[in-house]
Amino acid sequence: MDQKLARILPKVQKPARYVGGEYNAVIKDKAAVDFRVAFCFPDTYEIGMSNLGMRILYGVMNNMEGVWCERVFAPWGDMEAALREEHIPLYALESGDRVRDFDIVAFSVGYEMAYPAILNMLELSGIPLHSADRGGLAPIVIAGGTAMYNAEPLADFIDLACIGEGEEELVELLTLCRRAKAEGWDKGRLLREACHIEGIYVPSLYEVRYHEDGTVAAITPKDGAPERVRKRIVQDMDSAHFPVKSIVPSTEIVHDRVTLELFRGCIRGCRFCQAGYVYRPVRCRSKEKLAEYGAAACADSGYQEMTLSSLSTSDYPDLVELCDALEDYCGPHHVTLSLPSLRADNFSMALTERMAKGRKAGLTFAPEAGTQRLRDAINKNLTEKDLMESLTRAFSNGWSAVKLYYMLGLPTETDEDIIGIAEMADHVVHCWREHASNKARGVRITVSTSWFVPKPFTAFQWEPQISREEYERRVKLLREHMTARAVTYNWHDGDTSFLEAVLARGDRRLGRVLERAFEKGAHLDAWQDYFDLGRWLKAFDECGLDPAFYANRERGREEIFPWSVISCGVGDEYLWRERERCYASQTTPDCRTRCSGCGANKMVGGTCDV
Amino acid sequence: MSKVRLCFAKEGVASYISHLDLLRTFQRVFIRAGMVIRHSAGFHPHPMMSFVLPLSVGQTSVCELLDFETEEEIDCAALPARLAPCLPLGVRALECHVPERPVRELQYLQALVSMEYDGGVPSGTAEAVRRLLLGEQVVVEKRNKRKQIVDVDIRPMIHTVETEERERFLLLRTVVQAQNPGVNPALLAAAVSRHLPERAPDFIRVHRERLLDGDGSVFR
Ligand code: SF4
Repeated sequence: MDQKLARILPKVQKPARYVGGEYNAVIKDKAAVDFRVAFCFPDTYEIGMSNLGMRILYGVMNNMEGVWCERVFAPWGDMEAALREEHIPLYALESGDRVRDFDIVAFSVGYEMAYPAILNMLELSGIPLHSADRGGLAPIVIAGGTAMYNAEPLADFIDLACIGEGEEELVELLTLCRRAKAEGWDKGRLLREACHIEGIYVPSLYEVRYHEDGTVAAITPKDGAPERVRKRIVQDMDSAHFPVKSIVPSTEIVHDRVTLELFRGCIRGCRFCQAGYVYRPVRCRSKEKLAEYGAAACADSGYQEMTLSSLSTSDYPDLVELCDALEDYCGPHHVTLSLPSLRADNFSMALTERMAKGRKAGLTFAPEAGTQRLRDAINKNLTEKDLMESLTRAFSNGWSAVKLYYMLGLPTETDEDIIGIAEMADHVVHCWREHASNKARGVRITVSTSWFVPKPFTAFQWEPQISREEYERRVKLLREHMTARAVTYNWHDGDTSFLEAVLARGDRRLGRVLERAFEKGAHLDAWQDYFDLGRWLKAFDECGLDPAFYANRERGREEIFPWSVISCGVGDEYLWRERERCYASQTTPDCRTRCSGCGANKMVGGTCDV
Repeated sequence: MSKVRLCFAKEGVASYISHLDLLRTFQRVFIRAGMVIRHSAGFHPHPMMSFVLPLSVGQTSVCELLDFETEEEIDCAALPARLAPCLPLGVRALECHVPERPVRELQYLQALVSMEYDGGVPSGTAEAVRRLLLGEQVVVEKRNKRKQIVDVDIRPMIHTVETEERERFLLLRTVVQAQNPGVNPALLAAAVSRHLPERAPDFIRVHRERLLDGDGSVFR
């Protein structure tokens, strides 16, 4: 290990996250590889190592012969300061080699608030921030992940974005880059070739013009770049890589367990949910494979906890059979199974009870809105009756902690809907009083509200985020009505949600703002410890841009979105129709009940296998 | 059922794994190796595993001992090889046996403290350090149980100190009391920085070499 590094590690918090060497970390012989990938996660080790996509793609890339993929995470503030003071450039955990010497620097970007960390990691690596200032073939800076459905705020910095699922796309991209390296292409040629790989978006090959009013006038492809970049998906989940052998950190991380991904996509169609639309259509792994993977992953890792993860786990068609099969392994091996993202129905409750085996941890539900009218409008398929039935059952079986999640500021929301949240909480308290098997233990009911952020590729992509004053008024209104003593009410910090709303639907002019904010000290802004909206507002001011233009403006049907080159498979016509149904408080059936023709079926050859 | 004592090394990057994290890591290591560790009875069963003398983060060692109990009989001789593919980098299983001696018979710890001087070791440092550490009193700051910083004299816990001078560092080979109360060898360097400020090292490393009983034989 570098001597300078050895000296700073004893001084920083949790040094184990900066040294690698974990069980299953992939070490290759440098002489036997010709292509090096620095896989960067623009957040801390604890968050990044918990990310399933990162675990999958690490395996996929390292399965390629001649390629060595290593990990890099954002340092916490104390480590960053020490690295800067000692002039130690950012390094990859496996080899300790400098990130700037890698062929590809790939960022996994799941949320907008990670943008400043990307710039910071580039700077800490000594890599020029702007794509245009990196003339050579290496490193090529790329980004993928859910936030990249609108990559525009990063357009100046990244060389290309991978849209959709990376398993196949990355292999094709790496193969092309290796060829470019072997044949000595220039970067321009590589990018012009790369844009023809399905799912690859090269921002510099598109020219954006704006109207006087700041909206996009036209986006014109250059040098033969495609008009539309369609997201990439894995067709057959059973042949897709599952990370049975996965790195087990030697220090605690956020999700320190085996994560079994049952399926991708979601049949539900909640109108606010970006993941629900962009991951369409549903594609399942077979229960046989899953049972095999689950057991093998536990045995290999030594984890004694496994979670079944998907957008809406209880929608997995063979869930009971799968749980039975997993139990055969988990029972005798003392592995606990957990099922997050459950629905409020009898079936899910029965399963939860079975899995809990006496442990009565808290139950979590996300009604999202306080009245049936608004839940219909956002197409959130949960009724108060179902919720109360589930809770009756839970309370009479000894559960005593419930968390309820809601959003404030959803389109069409009225004061009645807000007060409805408080009423629902009262009903929950009442239900507990009626049915609790053990009242002496008391009850903990937590209601949390977030400030709704409209996202691209949702039915609400045209919607304004409500103003801050209005948000604060609604929080106050809810607080006033939240009278039950058993209920704790938490509400989200407004600053973060506001900036998220700006960045989520931003255009490439925001690149300048991002850079300014970064220069003013925005580094790990996904963390309240470091985030400061003031820096951003100053940056907007200096760039002559108005954040409200992005967050609080209603878009017209004809407006060209900054992300309109990208296609997630679900068309704008469909999303607009869904928006209109919202205003009519009309629900749309889930994909299993009836296909509503969103267009995603074209991604899988015509028919969705729901 | 077996009671087993594992001797292992903790070096390099593994030196940054904290005590609690290492305990968690070993739980998983045993599962990977297909072993079943005995658990305590009761409502919150915990695995029957304990480190004989926990090591501070950042320090290295070739003499760590882990006591544990397994449900089935264990072939001790085969255990190091069985564990090898299951361990993180820097942790090496060295040897394994059925413990014959209780932990209370562990009395001394032999460690190597290397004090690094970037501008070279100031002349006379070896001598001055020996005089300090083997003198009347060696007062250092320590955190007491109520988290207050207090002065304590660690001289009674220092058994021997030998020095060896190299170009940019001074090696202290020391034998100190291991427990009841024990002293962290890093405190010897801290004493140097406090009482001989002009000879304060730029950096120190601590490496555990051997655990000893009251007679000075290896404790295992
Ligand atoms: S095409 Fe139909 S079934 Fe397929 S995802 Fe869209 S709505 Fe669902």
